[in-house]
Amino acid sequence: MLKTRIIPCLDVADGRVVKGVNFVDLVDAGDPVESARAYDAAGADELCFLDIHATHENRGTMFDLATRTAEQCFMPLTIGGGVRTSEDVRDLLLAGADKVSFNSAAVADPDVIARAADRFGSQCIVCAIDAKTVATDAEGKGIKWEIFTHGGRKSTGIDAVEFARLVAKKGAGEILLTSMDRDGTRAGFNIAMTRAIADAVAIPVIASGGVGTLDHLVEGVTEGHASAVLAASIFHFGDFTIQQAKEHMATNGIPMRLS
Amino acid sequence: MLTALVDYDSGNLHSAHKAFERMARERGSGTIVVTSEPDVVAKADRIVLPGDGAFPACKKQLFDYTGLFDAISEAVTQNGRPFMGICIGMQMLATRGLEYETTTGFDWIGGTVEKIAPADTDLKVPHMGWNDLILDARHPVLDGISTGDHAYFVHSYHFRVADPAHRLAHVDYGGDVTAIVAKDNMFGTQFHPEKSQAAGLRMISNFLGWAP
Repeated sequence: MLKTRIIPCLDVADGRVVKGVNFVDLVDAGDPVESARAYDAAGADELCFLDIHATHENRGTMFDLATRTAEQCFMPLTIGGGVRTSEDVRDLLLAGADKVSFNSAAVADPDVIARAADRFGSQCIVCAIDAKTVATDAEGKGIKWEIFTHGGRKSTGIDAVEFARLVAKKGAGEILLTSMDRDGTRAGFNIAMTRAIADAVAIPVIASGGVGTLDHLVEGVTEGHASAVLAASIFHFGDFTIQQAKEHMATNGIPMRLS
Repeated sequence: MLTALVDYDSGNLHSAHKAFERMARERGSGTIVVTSEPDVVAKADRIVLPGDGAFPACKKQLFDYTGLFDAISEAVTQNGRPFMGICIGMQMLATRGLEYETTTGFDWIGGTVEKIAPADTDLKVPHMGWNDLILDARHPVLDGISTGDHAYFVHSYHFRVADPAHRLAHVDYGGDVTAIVAKDNMFGTQFHPEKSQAAGLRMISNFLGWAP
């Protein structure tokens, strides 16, 4: 049986982990490669590096990170942030990434997904969607979500569910869905949005944004219908270990890879 | 001993290269080289064909390298060199692939590469993530591997072998999905051993010591 994945995400700027990783035994908590090794040993199912500055000048740093991580971690690695063209995909794959995530570039031109998927296969093309709730029903439950770019500052007017369908049709292999309303709040995933999108597309959806407790991870899967859950702070700051998260999810009936 | 990882511009070779290098170093099993040169493949003691992507594109890319397939074919089918195919590199062993269009494969192991069609339509395709192996037969490359060990998959098509004896393992994903095939000196995995942590590294190590 396929297992639900837990994916720790590391925000990286200029080659350093931004939020910091608070693990015992880490000599340099800011070194993404050392953090990656710790997560590998801890049983994470995949890893995600997000280049949050993503300026042209620091691309080389990201390639170097991918290379060094791939030398030491024999698990899937996704890299996102500042990916614009299928040449960028090629460079990151050659450096050691297994999957590459598009974000703003796909909003500007969804065909970039098709070009990259045709060339490298859907399996390595992730489309990140950052969305906010823009309409709710009488009970306050979200019913409409819109894509925002530039770290949530810029509205696009694009419906998130429609966009998810579009990029799936263009050949994205997976959607990394982040709730801009919930990101950083620790109030839990935006379940209504996650479910609406997971049910609208045939490809896996990774839920992201807002995890504060282990029950939130469970809800993302059981109520949000996500195939994988991504979290940063609860793992980085040592609130919970990957193993605790997996055991909690397994206890709640979700198939997990425990060993 | 020389192990050649065939580079035909398909996907991420870096992690496969690093995983084979690490296991070769640990067991003292010679050198790993990434190559597109038919001469190097001809000299190699072991051949690995990795790959990501669609069947027709991968086959075309491989055959665009003049003499490369002939060198692989001679080494594997005539000289009996141990061969490992990974993902698309394994699927190409089939008689034919049905991705996008019908494409002939190497036809070294009879069967067809067809779309995964889970009985449960809630299951997503691609089949992406960790699934537990169910072993159908024992094999030297599976030494130390048991039913229940997890491997990392990412694919939408799988290899339905004509002769069940050529399937060594499968996983359950709304029905049987082929995970490992083997015949004579050929071994192939649908999953990525280089991304499958301990179990994957063990298979790579076993392959480097395999004397079929």
